[in-house]
Amino acid sequence: MPTQTIIETQNVFKTYRLGSEVINALSGVDIKIKKGEFVSIVGKSGSGKSTLMHLIGLLDTPTSGSILLNDKDVSRLNQNELSFQRNRSIGFVFQSFNLLQRTSSLDNIILPLKYSQVPKSEWESRALKMLEIVGLSDRKNNKPNELSGGQKQRVAIARALINDPDLILADEPTGNLDSKTGTEIIELFRKLNKSGKTIVIVTHDEELAEVANRKIILKDGKISKTL
Amino acid sequence: MRFFEIATSSITALGANKVRTFLTMLGVIIGVSAVILLISIGRGIQNYITDQFDALGSNLLFVSPGKVSFGRDPGNSFSRNKLEEKHIKLIQTHATDIVEQITPMVNVSETVKYKTKYYNAAVTGINEEGKYLFDYSIDEGAFFTRADVRSGSRVAILGKSVKDELFPNQSPIGQSIKISGDSYVVIGTSKEKGSDFDEQVVVPYTSAINSFELKNISRIVVKVKADKDLNSATKLIEKALLRDLEDDDFTVLSQADILATIQNILQMLTIGLGAIAGISLLVGGIGIMNIMLVSVTERTREIGLRKALGATPFDVALQFLIESVLLSVTGGSIGIMIGWLASFAGRAYIRTEVPWWSVAIAFSFAAFVGIIFGTYPAVKASKKDPIEALRYE
Ligand SMILES: Nc1ncnc2c1ncn2[C@@H]1O[C@H](COP(=O)(O)OP(=O)(O)OP(=O)(O)O)[C@@H](O)[C@H]1O
Ligand SMILES: [Mg+2]
Repeated sequence: MPTQTIIETQNVFKTYRLGSEVINALSGVDIKIKKGEFVSIVGKSGSGKSTLMHLIGLLDTPTSGSILLNDKDVSRLNQNELSFQRNRSIGFVFQSFNLLQRTSSLDNIILPLKYSQVPKSEWESRALKMLEIVGLSDRKNNKPNELSGGQKQRVAIARALINDPDLILADEPTGNLDSKTGTEIIELFRKLNKSGKTIVIVTHDEELAEVANRKIILKDGKISKTL
Repeated sequence: MRFFEIATSSITALGANKVRTFLTMLGVIIGVSAVILLISIGRGIQNYITDQFDALGSNLLFVSPGKVSFGRDPGNSFSRNKLEEKHIKLIQTHATDIVEQITPMVNVSETVKYKTKYYNAAVTGINEEGKYLFDYSIDEGAFFTRADVRSGSRVAILGKSVKDELFPNQSPIGQSIKISGDSYVVIGTSKEKGSDFDEQVVVPYTSAINSFELKNISRIVVKVKADKDLNSATKLIEKALLRDLEDDDFTVLSQADILATIQNILQMLTIGLGAIAGISLLVGGIGIMNIMLVSVTERTREIGLRKALGATPFDVALQFLIESVLLSVTGGSIGIMIGWLASFAGRAYIRTEVPWWSVAIAFSFAAFVGIIFGTYPAVKASKKDPIEALRYE
């Protein structure tokens, strides 16, 4: 049985127009990410990494080309359908954590469930399980300003996991962390991948890029190499 | 997302910035309490007028000079005033059946003096029948007689307030007071009757005409016999007066007519006051919009995050709309309470009243303002692009 493809881009272009200037952020990108993979996307600043990430995260639609999520074309969905798909299939981890202030770890982790069909009675038990996975069971009532950077990122990862998404997308997840804490987060991603999670990470971090089983190198909006 | 969950997020956001939340609500609080208070004061004035008329007794018909237009004291329009004493005879002769009592009346607002004390009283000239017609009860002394009226005696009956002010510790009977330069002897005081009656100094109308050098009487008041119909009595009096006067020289009005007209005017005044206060409520709404727009900008990242995690544009719009409606509705409720309390405090001066419809209107208007002025910021929030919103600065 061939491994299932989670996400696939087919000849994807993304063009920005700033007045008369045309910026080709992506020009003809084809990637395929299979279930259980751990892929890193690297490249120089401005090479189009984040743009690609936004497209496979369904935060944006391509100028041309197609994006297939679980073999279904999602590149022409409307805002509501995209929201629904993001909620169900994608878990985001950001460089700057993006936790809600004045909100406990537990409630931050629950946030995606509030926009899902999951019954309320399951919310807390699910969130507690996620906290356990990221090793923060003893911090469930702490608010972001009471957590270290590494702990914040663990909460964010727990939040990304809670809807059991098909794909975890992380853009520079170690960018705001010191190297020791960064290594711990990398270790966590590796552990998650071992347990079957599909993970795509955009990074400058050599160490993190090496941990991935596949490295996609972008240059000027095109794939220059896959390792 | 369930409505309840969205509402919880809205409440959390409002609670996170209590001072701002309160200041934003303040506009609505002031607007709503002003609406409630002003309408209740308008109501108080209406009640005051009604009380005034009740104190007057019923079955009264008023003959005023000219074709009546309210807002102008008929007694002052001398050019048009053709009412004289002889018209009383005319009514007595040709409408005998319906007249219980009849009196001419002159009213002058005048400072009354006793030694060094002053009182700005309503000097009222009537005849001896006026005592029964207006139902005066004498406290001390006696009312003036038919002979006093005939001869134009300078005698006076003091209303309760006038007596208390000029003669706090002594009996005024037999004392001499000055009205418009003439000396009048106090021969009686009337019991407390409420409203303007207590401010009166009642004198024979003949004396008043003399002292104030009047040419005419201000009006004629007729008390119609209890078993007679007021409408046919009005017709009869009109017929009698037409023997000597033209149709537009006079107007016969019943107390109910006058009351209805005044109440009409006051009702409009009340609504006008409420509407003016409504403008401040509108300003409160603009304040809400202003703050909501600031809030949308400040919370760009939160909006982007929620969208990335699966919030639809509608979910985001609803969250912000609920915030502005909560602001306006909570402000509205506090405003109703404050307006009601202020109206209650005002009862020391005037019989204010908070009609249920003013509460309903103020509350729905506040909610409406919240929806109207909350929609634009909410739509703006819902249109935020999550990528823009999450871009790391
Ligand atoms: N909204 C936009 N409008 C115009 N140009 C844009 C927009 N977003 C991205 N770009 C341009 O597209 C190109 C790719 O940007 P992108 O953010 O994907 O780069 P990146 O590889 O993530 O860079 P970095 O490593 O610095 O994050 C850049 O030239 C950028 O200026
Ligand atoms: Mg980037």
